[in-house]
Amino acid sequence: MLEAYPQNRLARILLWSFAALVMAFLMLPTLVVVPLSFSASNLLEFPPHAYSLRWYENFFGSATWMAALRTSLILGTLTALIAVPFALLACISMNRLGGKTAAIIQSVLLTPSITPGILLAIGLFFVLAAQHLIGTLFGVLVGHVVLAVPVACIVLLPALARFDWNQVQAARSLGANWARAIGGIIVPQLRISLLSATLMAFLTSLDESVISIFIASGRNSTMPKLMFLSLRDQIDPTIAAISTLWTVIVVAVVLIVTLRQKS
Amino acid sequence: MKSLAITIESVHKAYGSYVALDDVSLDIQAGEFLTLLGPSGSGKTTLLMALAGFVRPDSGKLLLGDRDITRLPPNKRDIGIVFQNYALFPHMNVLANVAYPLVLRKIPRAEARQRALDTLARVKLDGLAERNVAALSGGQRQRVALARAIVFEPRVMLMDEPLSALDKNLRETMQYEIRRLHDHLRITTIYVTHDQREALIMSDRIAVMNSGRIQQIDTPQRIYDRPSTRFVAEFMGEANIVAPGSARRIDGAEPSRETLMIRAESFHLDAKLVGGNGVALEGILRAKAFRGENWLLTLALDGGQEVLVCIPAALAGGCAELAAGQRMTAYAPAAKVHAIPGATA
Amino acid sequence: MTVVRDPALAADARRERRFFLSLSLPALFIVGLAAILPILWIIRQSFLTTAGEYTVGNYQKVLSSGLTWSALVTTLELSLGTLAACILLGTPLALALASVRPRVANVLMAFVMLPLWTSILVRTYGWLVLLRRDGLINAALTGSGLTAEPLPLVYNFTGTLIGMVHYMLPLFLLPVYAAMRDIDPNLIRAAASMGATLRQVIRTVILPLSAGGIFSGSIIVLIYAIGFFITPAVLGGGKVNPLSTRIERTLSTFQDWGSASVLGILLLVLMALIGVMLLAARRLVAQNTVEAPHA
Ligand SMILES: Nc1ncnc2c1ncn2[C@@H]1O[C@H](COP(=O)(O)OP(=O)(O)O)[C@@H](O)[C@H]1O
Ligand SMILES: [Mg+2]
Repeated sequence: MLEAYPQNRLARILLWSFAALVMAFLMLPTLVVVPLSFSASNLLEFPPHAYSLRWYENFFGSATWMAALRTSLILGTLTALIAVPFALLACISMNRLGGKTAAIIQSVLLTPSITPGILLAIGLFFVLAAQHLIGTLFGVLVGHVVLAVPVACIVLLPALARFDWNQVQAARSLGANWARAIGGIIVPQLRISLLSATLMAFLTSLDESVISIFIASGRNSTMPKLMFLSLRDQIDPTIAAISTLWTVIVVAVVLIVTLRQKS
Repeated sequence: MKSLAITIESVHKAYGSYVALDDVSLDIQAGEFLTLLGPSGSGKTTLLMALAGFVRPDSGKLLLGDRDITRLPPNKRDIGIVFQNYALFPHMNVLANVAYPLVLRKIPRAEARQRALDTLARVKLDGLAERNVAALSGGQRQRVALARAIVFEPRVMLMDEPLSALDKNLRETMQYEIRRLHDHLRITTIYVTHDQREALIMSDRIAVMNSGRIQQIDTPQRIYDRPSTRFVAEFMGEANIVAPGSARRIDGAEPSRETLMIRAESFHLDAKLVGGNGVALEGILRAKAFRGENWLLTLALDGGQEVLVCIPAALAGGCAELAAGQRMTAYAPAAKVHAIPGATA
Repeated sequence: MTVVRDPALAADARRERRFFLSLSLPALFIVGLAAILPILWIIRQSFLTTAGEYTVGNYQKVLSSGLTWSALVTTLELSLGTLAACILLGTPLALALASVRPRVANVLMAFVMLPLWTSILVRTYGWLVLLRRDGLINAALTGSGLTAEPLPLVYNFTGTLIGMVHYMLPLFLLPVYAAMRDIDPNLIRAAASMGATLRQVIRTVILPLSAGGIFSGSIIVLIYAIGFFITPAVLGGGKVNPLSTRIERTLSTFQDWGSASVLGILLLVLMALIGVMLLAARRLVAQNTVEAPHA
């Protein structure tokens, strides 16, 4: 873009040095935990004097952490399985209704994504408390689904807008009812977007912390909740090991989605 | 006695205040090939989609045979459709696309496969059954769409400008093949096009549409020679609409009192070739152009109106000598002069 | 001519519309149940005593407390500080990224987006490791002799702000980068050919044309920053208390549901106010053109 100014070398060098610093700022906290997680020492020393896998052993050997991992994976899976079909149906609905009605539905569905997490969390806490559902998996699941629905909609809405609706009409004229037209024509053709939406919904749940902090408890604590509590109390390198694993998993998932979208 | 396959009764459809279909009525015989012809935006697709069940009329009635289908959902109508953009399913190969309606009808796999293969052979696509739809050429896609629409032996077939995306040569081949297929299967067909030549070549009857109304329904020849409205006359080709008073009978002096439609190619320069009951138009030659197989002359009548006269090169002995500005007369035989009912030029 | 609509067909049309509407119901239901009902419940709870009787006492208590007002100030300081830092850091970075070939830019963007894909807790932990008294940055500072004493970088406002900027910056960057990518390079060539200096091009062409992106990015930053909880709770070390952490403490530690709800409503009101201001600001951005020099 700035190639029209080949003579402004100094400006360019300054701009790129600044950009490099900002990029370092963005990547540093994620990267710094990796070597720490392999440290042999109790202390947060950098670089570590000796390396070991003790913090990983610590993590996999801890019943509490394992229970939280299990809870988080179950919640993520259930969230994706519920939120994505809901979002797909809603997106079809908005696509067909169009106009003001669709705009209203869309703004309602996107409310959770612009509401501060802390408000959703305490509101949900009150509602669930009235039903004696605090600490249940169900309570957290409801909270995660409501956050994942807008995320899935944001992925699916443009995909559906690009979809050629004539194909549904063709299927209908050839004898398909609505269920078959949606299941046999729309779903297979949106499979890439549906996969993205599923993984985004899964990640939304996996990464959600505020609702979990207020609603989840005991056996149903999620990974983010336990991590939050241990960050407040004591920070030993077990968290570094967990953070490293967590980041590797998420980056792997994102890479899979991106590469699949390209192919 | 011929039976009616499709009856359209006073169908009306408005989008807001815009009237897309204005009291459209149409009867189509079983086995007939009827073309809806009209300019873009005249309501052809809307009418077709109303028959298919994708556009809900505001009022009116649609019958298939003697069955009222006005409120039937599209999947119960048993109508094969070839969409303008083909609407093939990109996630299925050619065979799966064609077998799809059979699978929906719970026909056993082996039979469905065989019928799909037979239909593919009928549209000359043998050997492409396992091909991916994305790997097909435009003409091949067109054939797949055709096969998919006929494989389940629907009672009626609808085609919405199916050839508009193809190049000229391919279009002509396909016009012939679609017609041949129709003659073989005798599925009642409604075909939509905005190309008047295509309509003339392919149809048993043509319904000319404009602004949501059917202007005229007739055989191609009568639509061409005996247009009932000025719109039809002009839409069907180089038509001269001659105002009352500008033409006279060759054997009389009395000027005509009607609005006449005379096609450019109906004229002769020699009165002897026309006969006494023919029509003569007098005026000044404005321009002449040699077009290979014919000459095109522009004649300014005394009333100021311009008329196009097209003389085949073989009969145009004197054309080369004609000079612009000179006074001349063009003659047309009575059989080629058509009075447009109720029209005022 | 008006044609009488066939009542049966009109009924069919309504039925079809209802069918498509019904496809939205599951999603609308869950949003109603788990987002809208909870917010209404907060409003209800703010008028209830612990015993469940109607009261306005919660409002009196919360609004007369100095802690509330300092929380409000902290919220605004954190949000506006984060926004300012995002604009100052993000705009040049977006400009740099938009000025390289798309292939290179895509790779760099992937790195920039890495934090977006990292759990907020992982990042917060990373910052703790970096910013503590015996952390990496202080070790580097004292080791190189730049400072004699370790600087207090975390468990205070500075640390919280650093963590929040780190969270918001990629979100801010995305729309700004997209807007700058969309600028036709010929516009810059045209400006250069007319004799504009680089500084003038940036001021009169690039920035006005990416104003929409900067505006969207700012909205996103403010929406997230106002209610941000995790970062202040951990990196603030109990000393930085915006509305969000005050809500949590009121609810968890003091079990005062009514006051927590009033604080929640304060947060809602703040959101609404900022929303109104942003709408007004959008008008200004829409009119943002570079003025011709006055004669
Ligand atoms: N869904 C719709 N909403 C509003 N107007 C429409 C809709 N569908 C068609 N129309 C209008 O109806 C008229 C007829 O359209 P159409 O039947 O597609 O014409 P054709 O197929 O003859 O080109 C056009 O003017 C078009 O703009
Ligand atoms: Mg059309």
